[in-house]
Amino acid sequence: MSLEKITRVAGRGVFVPGNDIDTDRIIPARFMKCVTFDGLGEYLFHDARKNADGTDRPHPLNDPRFKGATILLSGANFGCGSSREHAPQAIQKHGFRAIVAENFAEIFFGNCTTLGIPCATASRVDLARIAAAIEANPQLEIVVDVTAQAVRFAGQTVRAEVRPAARDALVNGRWDPIGELLEGLPAARATAAHLPYLAREA
Amino acid sequence: MPKSLFEKVWAAHAVRELANGQTQLLVGTHLIHEVTSPQAFGMMRDLGLKVAMPHRTFATVDHIVPTDQVSEPYRDPLAQAMMDELRRNCTEFGITFFDRSTGRQGIVHIVGPEQGITQPGTTIACGDSHTSTHGAFGAIAFGIGTTQIRDVLATQTMALGRLKVRRINVNGRLRPGVYAKDVILHIIRVLGVNGGTGYAYEYGGEVFDRFTMEERMTVCNMSIEGGARAGYVNPDETTFDYLRGRPYAPKAAAWDAAVARWRGFASDPGCQYDDVVAIAGSAIAPTVTWGINPGQGIAINETIPDPAKAQAADERAAIEEALAYMKLQPGTPIKGTRIDVAFLGSCTNGRLSDFQEVARHVRGRRVAAGIKAIAVPGSQIVALQCEKLGIDRVLAEAGFEWRAAGCSMCLAMNPDKLVGDQLCASSSNRNFKGRQGSPTGRTLLMSPLMVAAAAVTGTVADAREVFAVAH
Repeated sequence: MSLEKITRVAGRGVFVPGNDIDTDRIIPARFMKCVTFDGLGEYLFHDARKNADGTDRPHPLNDPRFKGATILLSGANFGCGSSREHAPQAIQKHGFRAIVAENFAEIFFGNCTTLGIPCATASRVDLARIAAAIEANPQLEIVVDVTAQAVRFAGQTVRAEVRPAARDALVNGRWDPIGELLEGLPAARATAAHLPYLAREA
Repeated sequence: MPKSLFEKVWAAHAVRELANGQTQLLVGTHLIHEVTSPQAFGMMRDLGLKVAMPHRTFATVDHIVPTDQVSEPYRDPLAQAMMDELRRNCTEFGITFFDRSTGRQGIVHIVGPEQGITQPGTTIACGDSHTSTHGAFGAIAFGIGTTQIRDVLATQTMALGRLKVRRINVNGRLRPGVYAKDVILHIIRVLGVNGGTGYAYEYGGEVFDRFTMEERMTVCNMSIEGGARAGYVNPDETTFDYLRGRPYAPKAAAWDAAVARWRGFASDPGCQYDDVVAIAGSAIAPTVTWGINPGQGIAINETIPDPAKAQAADERAAIEEALAYMKLQPGTPIKGTRIDVAFLGSCTNGRLSDFQEVARHVRGRRVAAGIKAIAVPGSQIVALQCEKLGIDRVLAEAGFEWRAAGCSMCLAMNPDKLVGDQLCASSSNRNFKGRQGSPTGRTLLMSPLMVAAAAVTGTVADAREVFAVAH
C-alpha cells in the first residue's frame, strides 16, 4: 500500500481555545448512530456550535473569517475521553489536515496518526502567538512542518514536536500500518503458538 | 532482573519491531461492540481482508440497546440498523456474538470478565476507552480506534508504542462508606485528567489486595479518565477464585497450569517502575464531581471551588468554564444540591455488588418525589443474579425503575437521556458537557451508594449520614 508522505501541511488556521476538550465535545455520541463515517464533518463540535433551536452559537468554526481553515489549534489534553475514531474522522471530514495543540490524549493521538493527520505539540506561549497572528490576519498561511517539527507563520518559526514514531510514519508514508502488520502475520501466528489461551480449543 | 507485569505481558506478546520503532503487538483477545466496529468491517471488505483469528474476537451489543424494550425491531431505526449490521458482520466473519438471545449480552467490559474471557497475562483490545477495566485481572487492556479494530481483525495485532508504568500504592484501610469509585475519583483528582498520559497504571497496596474483583474493575475502568491508556492490578488468589468455573476459563488439568502461568505474570518484588505514587486509604472520602471532567471532584463535605482562589490563570479559567456550565455556585457546599435524575449502572458500577450494596441500604426507603431514578444492570447475567436475590424488587419498591442490560444513560446513545439542563447523580464514568444526551445536561459522578443517597433525599447527600453508616 503506497501512502502519501506527509512532510508538511500548509493552510489557514483556526484556534479553538480550551483545555481538556474531550471527544464527546468533538462529536457528541448521538451522531455516532451510523455504520459509516460519512457525513460526520457536519457535526464537528456540534453542541458548542449550535443552540437547541439550530441557530449558531459564537464559536471559531462558525466565524466566517476562519472558514476553509485546514489547521486546527487548541489547548492541553486535546481529544481526551472516549476512544471514538468518529472524533478525528469528523475533524478530517470537516477539512482539517493537521492539529497543533499543547498536548494530546493518547488514544486520540494514535487515531489521528493512523488517518494521516499530524498532531504537533507546541508550547502554550507559542500557541498564543500563532492564535494572535491568525486573529490579526485570518488569511495568514500557517505551515506545519512535520519533518522539521516546526510551525511557520508570518515570518516566525516555533517548535512543534511530533513524536518520533508518528513522525517517522507520517513523513515516510507508513501512517496506516495495515500493510506492515499483514507482512508480520506469520510472525504473529508464531508468537500466538506460544500462548495457550490463543489455542482454538481454549 | 525483576520485571513488572506490564513488561512481562508486553514481552510475551511482542511480535516484532516496526519500521517506525513501534511494536507489532499480538492482541490475544479482541472485544467488539456495535458502535465502533461497523466501519472496521467495512474497511475489511474494501480491502478484501479476512479475520485472522476469528475465535479470538467476541462481540456484544451495549451502547445503543434500549433498556426499556427488549423486543425488536427497536423504536429507533438507526439503533436497529446498527444491531443488524453487527449481527451480519459476526455471521459473515465467523465471530462469537453474545446477542440478547444468548442470555449473555451486556456491556462489553462486564461480559468479558463474566464469561472468563478476560484472563491474567493476556493482551486485550476493544474499540472503547473503558477497555482498561479488564486490567483488573492482570491483563494489559487497551482502548483503540476503529482503524485499529480493522488491524486487529485482519492480523490479531496492532502497532503500539510501549507505555511507561506508574505504580500507585493505596495502603491502610478505607473508611466505612468509602468505595472503589471514591478511590479512583480521588486518584484522578490528585494526579489529574492527563497525569497518566504515556503511562499504564499499576494499582497495588493493602486496599487493592483486599478489594474484590468487582472493586478492582471499578478502579481500572476509569484509568483512562486519568489519561492512562491501561491500568491493572496484579493477579492473585482473588483473581483466580473469580475466574474458576467461568465458561471460557481453562478446565481440569489446564486450570492448574493456567494458574501457575498467571501467577508468573505478577510484577516481581523489586521491579523498577517509571514512577511511584502513594495514597493513604484513610484519607479518601466519599467523592463527588462538581465540574465537567472527572478530575474536578471534591469530598462530599467540601465546598465547590472558587475561581477567585485559583492558583493559576489556567485553573481559574477551567473552574469558571465548569461552573458556568454546571450552574453551581463557587464556595457553597456541594451537599444539598438539588438533583433531577439518579442513574445506577454503567461499566464502572453496573455489577452485582453495586446493586447489592444499594439494595442493602435502600430497603424500606423511597426515592424522593420528582426524582427520576433508574437502575440498569450491566449485563443480562447481572440482571438475573439481582432478580434471583430479589434486589430488583427492593429497588423497584424504593422507586427505581429496573431496566434491561445496556450502557443506558452513561452515554445516552439510546432512549435513556437527560432532558434540558437536568442534574444527574450518576454512578457512571464521565461528566463531560453533553455526555448524558442533552447538550446542556449536567452530571455529578459518585459511588452507587451516593447515587442512592441522592435519590432518596433528592439532593447531593452524604450516604454515610443518609443510611446511618458508622464512620
